[in-house]
This record gives sequence, structure tokens and C-alpha cells, in this order.
Amino acid sequence: MARIIVVTSGKGGVGKTTTSAAIAMGLAKKGHKTAVIDFDVGLRNLDLILGCERRVVYDFINVINGEAGLNQALIRDKNCNMLYILPASQTRDKDALTQEGVGRVLDELSKDFEYIVCDSPAGIEKGANLALYYADDAFVVTNPEISSVRDSDRMLGILSSKSRRAERNEEPIKEYLLLTRYDADRVRLGEMLSLEDVQEILSLELLGIIPESKSVLSASNAGIPVILDEKSEAGRAYADVVARYLGEKVPHRFIESKPGFLRRLFGGRK
Amino acid sequence: MQNTSPVLEFKSSTFFAPILIIFTNDTNAIAHALNEKIKLAPDFFRDSPLIVDFKEINKSNQAVDFMQLIQLLRESGFFPVGIRGGNESQNIQARALFIPIDTVRELGHSIAIGEPPKQESAQPVAAQPEAAPVKETTHSAAIPPVPAATTLISHPIRSGQRIYASGDLIILSQVSAGAEIMAEGNIHVYNTLRGRALAGVHGNTAARIFCFDMQAELISIAGDYKTSEDLGKQNYNGPVQIYLQDHALIIKEIA
Repeated sequence: MARIIVVTSGKGGVGKTTTSAAIAMGLAKKGHKTAVIDFDVGLRNLDLILGCERRVVYDFINVINGEAGLNQALIRDKNCNMLYILPASQTRDKDALTQEGVGRVLDELSKDFEYIVCDSPAGIEKGANLALYYADDAFVVTNPEISSVRDSDRMLGILSSKSRRAERNEEPIKEYLLLTRYDADRVRLGEMLSLEDVQEILSLELLGIIPESKSVLSASNAGIPVILDEKSEAGRAYADVVARYLGEKVPHRFIESKPGFLRRLFGGRK
Repeated sequence: MQNTSPVLEFKSSTFFAPILIIFTNDTNAIAHALNEKIKLAPDFFRDSPLIVDFKEINKSNQAVDFMQLIQLLRESGFFPVGIRGGNESQNIQARALFIPIDTVRELGHSIAIGEPPKQESAQPVAAQPEAAPVKETTHSAAIPPVPAATTLISHPIRSGQRIYASGDLIILSQVSAGAEIMAEGNIHVYNTLRGRALAGVHGNTAARIFCFDMQAELISIAGDYKTSEDLGKQNYNGPVQIYLQDHALIIKEIA
């Protein structure tokens, strides 16, 4: 049985797709067979970030509608043979997704994958709700600014009430915080919310802080997940996130502006 | 893994049903009075579910022909879906007709039939806020609820969530900005309150709100409210209680 992870946020532009690509690659690089699904039907982006846009033939909607088999639609990543991508359809919209169809695809993927990463679209409409519905774990991607925090809080409410686990009264989805585009210098100047400010509202287990980094944009443009750029801070931060998620004890870094002064920080209040 | 679509699911919801209070055992008089009422608003009463309240008639120890009454109501186009305030024999007869029995709680609006009581018993038709589906509170008028109990919630109430409690509401975790908690009784928040809190929503002016860290967007007791702008940027060091005094909301630190 695969573990289903949803990468979600409510707000757009906070780094969901970048995060989905990075953690899926990170899990695959650690030897776990991983599939990453783009739920942003109509605004297909994940394949660009993963650099496989020119190999897309069939997509998620084709599989849901039975027009293509899962194996025909899955694209094997060229950097890591443990990673497969199920792209979104660019010509359809979110209404093409059905709960039953998504469930069927996830069930089939669960048979031979260890992790399934669902890249949620922004918003709280159908696409986002279906991306989280079957999830076991949620990575809540948040930027250190008030509207992103508010939207994440809203998304946490939906996670705890509208998922399959909630409907079946099972153990709730495990929620993790991923603070992205964090700029320690601007936090110090009071221009950006600090980790403490964010945690005061969200109180979640912190999986990692991804510092604002130019390498994210250049990696996206090049179609290479930033986690493969081991020289960049963001790449290393994502590697830490994957390691922590897999249960390794890795101290948090990139919280302080002075490099070398990495204060160990424990996860949020539960 | 097999793919199965669910056969059914349970949800909780709130419904309206008029309550019919009986003051006499004279079924002819009841039939006449009912007819008069129905004439006033035939569409409103047609096929309406109805809860029959026997409290008043039982106070005066008048024996009422239960079967005949239910028969009369059905002929008049009502669907009696519950009774309350019934005595033992009425309850037994209700069970025999598969009509649920409510013991204590008052709900909905009522139609008074027969001799009017000393006090006006018809309650105003108040719009009840839509209740959030909360596991702890399950009630509907069609299946009359158990007496209002305290609702206890230990998970955080996130932005956009609504909680409605028909009795007191106790929340152990934080209430986020953009969340809304409502109770017919008191509200206790043993954590930070950032959202909206409305106590005594059915008009209980004695209801109070208690919270550990008061940062609410809006507070209201029995309809009297203050927004965070009215409250100003006041900092409370420690727990506060909020209560109503001469239609003014008083916020006081609990020493």
C-alpha cells in the first residue's frame, strides 16, 4: 500500500508544484518508488518543473475516463528511474475529475508504488478537494505572509473535515508545515512573518523551512527539480524535508540569517 | 484494493418543524382551531411535519384521545413526526405508531391551539444558523434530540469552520481567525480565541463567553455583539469572561 501525500496550500504561487516535484524526486532518490500526480487540470505545470513536458502523450483525465491505461500515461523521470509522473490534462478543466475516478487511479497506483504525491491546485474547489480527499499525509505549503497563513489555516480545516479519513472517522490526515520562500533577513527586519508568528496560528509539525532562493526559479526554468541542485540552499532544505519525513533526525536550518548559526528548533506544538 | 462506492452515509443536520401545543382534549375544538389556522396559510401547513406537545394538557390532567388526535392531524395534512411532554400512556401509544418521543428540549416555533395560556406561548420564528456537521452534536427535529448536552471539542477550529452547539460549548484548542463558534449556552475556549464566538444564540442573555487568550474578531451574546474594531487593540493579560449587562457586553479579566 502506498502512502498518499497531498501538497496543498489554498493560496496560489506559494510553491506547491515546486515542492511536489522536489519531494517526489527526493523520495525516489532515496530508493522509494514514487508517483507524482498533477491535479491542476487545465493549468498543467508539474511536467514543466520536472522537464518532461515533451514526452506527455496521455494524461490523468485520459486514465480516469478509461481512454488510456495507467502505464501508457505514466512518464518515467529521466533523472531517476524510481520516479513517475502522471501529468494533468491541459485541454480540460477540474470538472473532468471525479471522486470515483481519482480513487480508482490511486488504488491502481497503490499496488506498486510506495509514495504517491498529489500536487494540489490552488483554491478550495473541486480540484483541491479531490487532491486531498484520499490523502494520508498533508504537506501544507505556506509563505511567511498573513494571507498565505490564513489560507493554510482554512485548508487545514478542510483537511480535517472533508477527507475520506474524516468521513470514515479514521485516524486524521497527518499534517505537516512547510514554510517556503522564507527570507531570514526580511524576518529580522520585521518585513516578513517569523516562524514563531506562523506557528502561533497554525501550530503544526514543522517539516522544513525552504529559504527564498534564486536557484528555485532557474531550476524550474531548466525543468530540473531544485532538490537535485545540491549546491543551493533550497535544494538542501528540500533534501532535509524528505529525510525528516522519512523519520530521520535532521536539525532545522535556514531559520537564522547568519549562516553557521543554525539554531536547533523543535517542531511545532501539537 | 477494491474500489467500492459507498452505499450510505450518516450526516447530522438541523430541521425545522412546527410544534403544536394542545390545551384541550376536545378534538372537535382542536379540529376547528386547526382549520382556522390552516386557512391563514394553507401552503405553509400542507404536508408539514409536526411535533405535538402534550405538556399543557397533561398539566390540567385532561385525558386526550391520542389515536383520534393523530388521525385528525394526518387528515388535516400534517405529518406528526414526534411528541413531547407526553405521559406514559401517550408515549406508549406514540411508540406504537412509530412516532419518536422527545422528553425535554424546546425547539422550533409553536402553534397554540385551544384556550390560550396566560402567557403568549407562540415563540418568534427565528432563523437558526446553519449548523456545522459536528460529530458531538447530532440533532434534528424529525427525530427529536436528547436534552442539550455540552459539546466538547479538542481539535483546533480552523478558519472557515463553523461549530454549533445546542448546549454549552467547550473548546480545548485554538479557534482561528475566520472560524465561527456558536452555542445556545455558554462558550469556553481554553486556548486562543481569534475567530467569532456567539453565545446564547437563541436569546439566552445569561450566557457567557470564557477564553484564555482573547483576540476574537467578533463576540456576541444573545445577539448583542462587538467586532474587534469596537474592542480596540486592548491587551488582556490572561483569561477573560464576557457577559451581558443592560444590553452592554462587558469584558472582564478573570483575576
